[in-house]
Amino acid sequence: MNLILISLAVLGVTGLVAAVLLYFVAQKFKVEEDPRIDEVQEALPGANCGGCGFAGCRAFAEGCVKAETLDGLLCPVGGAPTMKTVGEILGMAVGNIDPKVAVVRCNGTCEARPKTSIYDGAKSCQILHNCYVGESACPFGCLGCGDCVAACEFDAIHMNPETGLPEVDDEKCTSCGKCVSACPRNIIELRKKGPKSRRMVVMCVNKDKGAVARKACTNACIGCSKCQKVCEFDAITIENNLAYIDYNKCRLCRKCEDACPTGAIHAVNFPPRKPKAEAPAAPKAAPVAKPAVEKPAAEAPVANVEPKEEEAKA
Amino acid sequence: MKSTFRIGGVHPHDNKQYSVHQPITECALPAKAIIPLVQHIGAPAQAVVEKGQKVKVGELIAKAGGFVSANIHAPFSGTITKIDTTIDAWGMKMPAIFMDVEGDEWLETIDRSNDIVRKLDYEPKAIIDKVQEAGIVGLGGACFPTHVKLLPPPGKTAEVLIVNGVECEPYLTCDHQLMLEKGEEIIIGIQLLMRALNIQKAIIGIEANKPDAIKHMTALASKVLGIEVKALKLKYPQGGEKQLIDACIRRQVPSGALPIEVGAVVDNVATIYAVYEAVQKNKPLISRVMTVTGKSLAKPGNYDVRFGTPLTEVVALAGGVPEDTGKVIGGGPMMGRAMSNIDMPSNKRVSGLLFLPEAESMREEITNCVRCGKCVGACPMGLEPWLLSKQAWHSMWDEMEDHNIMDCIECGCCQFTCPSHLPLLDYVRMGKAKVGGIIRSRAAK
Repeated sequence: MNLILISLAVLGVTGLVAAVLLYFVAQKFKVEEDPRIDEVQEALPGANCGGCGFAGCRAFAEGCVKAETLDGLLCPVGGAPTMKTVGEILGMAVGNIDPKVAVVRCNGTCEARPKTSIYDGAKSCQILHNCYVGESACPFGCLGCGDCVAACEFDAIHMNPETGLPEVDDEKCTSCGKCVSACPRNIIELRKKGPKSRRMVVMCVNKDKGAVARKACTNACIGCSKCQKVCEFDAITIENNLAYIDYNKCRLCRKCEDACPTGAIHAVNFPPRKPKAEAPAAPKAAPVAKPAVEKPAAEAPVANVEPKEEEAKA
Repeated sequence: MKSTFRIGGVHPHDNKQYSVHQPITECALPAKAIIPLVQHIGAPAQAVVEKGQKVKVGELIAKAGGFVSANIHAPFSGTITKIDTTIDAWGMKMPAIFMDVEGDEWLETIDRSNDIVRKLDYEPKAIIDKVQEAGIVGLGGACFPTHVKLLPPPGKTAEVLIVNGVECEPYLTCDHQLMLEKGEEIIIGIQLLMRALNIQKAIIGIEANKPDAIKHMTALASKVLGIEVKALKLKYPQGGEKQLIDACIRRQVPSGALPIEVGAVVDNVATIYAVYEAVQKNKPLISRVMTVTGKSLAKPGNYDVRFGTPLTEVVALAGGVPEDTGKVIGGGPMMGRAMSNIDMPSNKRVSGLLFLPEAESMREEITNCVRCGKCVGACPMGLEPWLLSKQAWHSMWDEMEDHNIMDCIECGCCQFTCPSHLPLLDYVRMGKAKVGGIIRSRAAK
């Protein structure tokens, strides 16, 4: 009994002394921190993905509080609404933010891009890329080992077993850019999501001359510059035998899609076209007029972004 | 008592029976040749010929693009048709000179006779200049320009020349055959290099599975003061520079240092033969002996192939691609790389072509690491491959650097010995490339 009492007393006194000591130490070495950092952090999604360029959400919050303007600071996961809240907390104006989405610019499906060899090494695009050209003859195209899938923290990118290519889920993609840096061939690009997720993309990054590119893959861009000629908005540039659509200039008229002889240009998430080819008749009005007619989003014939359905099937 | 290197190593079956003792056969001239401009480590060579120009065999067609680079000479006589890109063995593009082969007209300055020239009274500088001019690179596999090795950095002196006649790589027999056929020339080449480096000692390291070469070279070396033949125990990767130094002179090259740090210069027998030809015969490096082999190949053998000959022609000479082929490897099975394109032209880098039957060409099923430590025991550089591969998987580049990833010689012992068939080397190699890039960018800053 006595032993218990003594122990209790000793422990109690030690605890008390420690508590008093800690209190004074805490007072002495108190760190003054801007309370707004906590507030901003609270408003952020907390994914700690690093897509903003900072080490994590906390670092981004500190960066926002320290910054004089919010220009150039963007949480890609939260997008415009989050930045608006951050702006309100800090009393700063937020510029116009276009939501972006990761786009896999390769359409070298199994049929279009025949296999020329079999790779049985470690399943990693990075390693395969260091080894050789890959299972097809295209030295620029997707390697299909899924480094981007492994890099994604939002479950937004999946391999389509039929095409052997990764597909991005527009809804889940936060444009954090992890897949972009994971891809050793720089196929993935962050592009403007576009109105109703509609966008025009050149689905190829092959810089070889037309004949060589075509031999490796029937869906390749051959740099024929037909799309450049039909584009009325000067949005398409051809460099190194490869077309590129500037998403800031593109007005989604879909003319380049029709002009492309190899089908390398894709119109994503557009509603199905009417049987009559009306588009050429009213070129300038086309982009705004069309969407108003019908709304089915799921049935889009050229949409290559339907991972949900693919998952369900699998 | 035969010696060997002290750390690690494995014992793959040497499989040299297919092409061993096959006399060196010259490959016929092709109608068209493609001469790659990147045939060595370092900066690519710069073409100095123009379209339509006529060249003779031995004429300089591309100049070294820097100190660590090598000249390239015309292996054939004919007309240059274009300077463009071609596809290399792995499907990637590389710059190359295309030419139509017309006749076989050599430069008059080249001595084409078979007489052995024994003259030795050259200035050291003259020998090194000749080696540099002839575009000689290490023909053992790395293709490091030889003249760079012959000019030790200030403050370092070479004490011993180690001649690599080990050929530890399974299947390959070209160096073995070269020693048997051109032994005398090699001995003269060694004397030339000893003169160039101003040293009195040379050791020829030969593995025990080549008793006839050991006997032949010992007989030849006994006539010359300072050259010694050392028979070595069979163990892979004894042909690695640092392993060979350890096996021959019991010195260990410190981590990150070059062999010159311990006073050694290592050259392959094929390189030394090229030095002999360049200095004594005035013949630049325009061809090499390569082994074409495989279980099902009709005529495996050792072929003297001029650079630029399409490999398909060499294969045709060896009896064509066997039907059961599942994989073609450029070089040997341990360090060589599987090729996806055998239309590529031969060059200084290709020491062999190995046709593996389908049954032997695919990897075994991968299972989990059982932490047995076999890879640690096998690593000749004393690294921990299991740890490095895990770090590479998790992109831990800084930790990899701390664990001396840059010491890895990519010999493949770890992967060879792994009972779980883990692709250890794949990851280690990827990590090494990444860390190397990080170190280079840091140095650039």
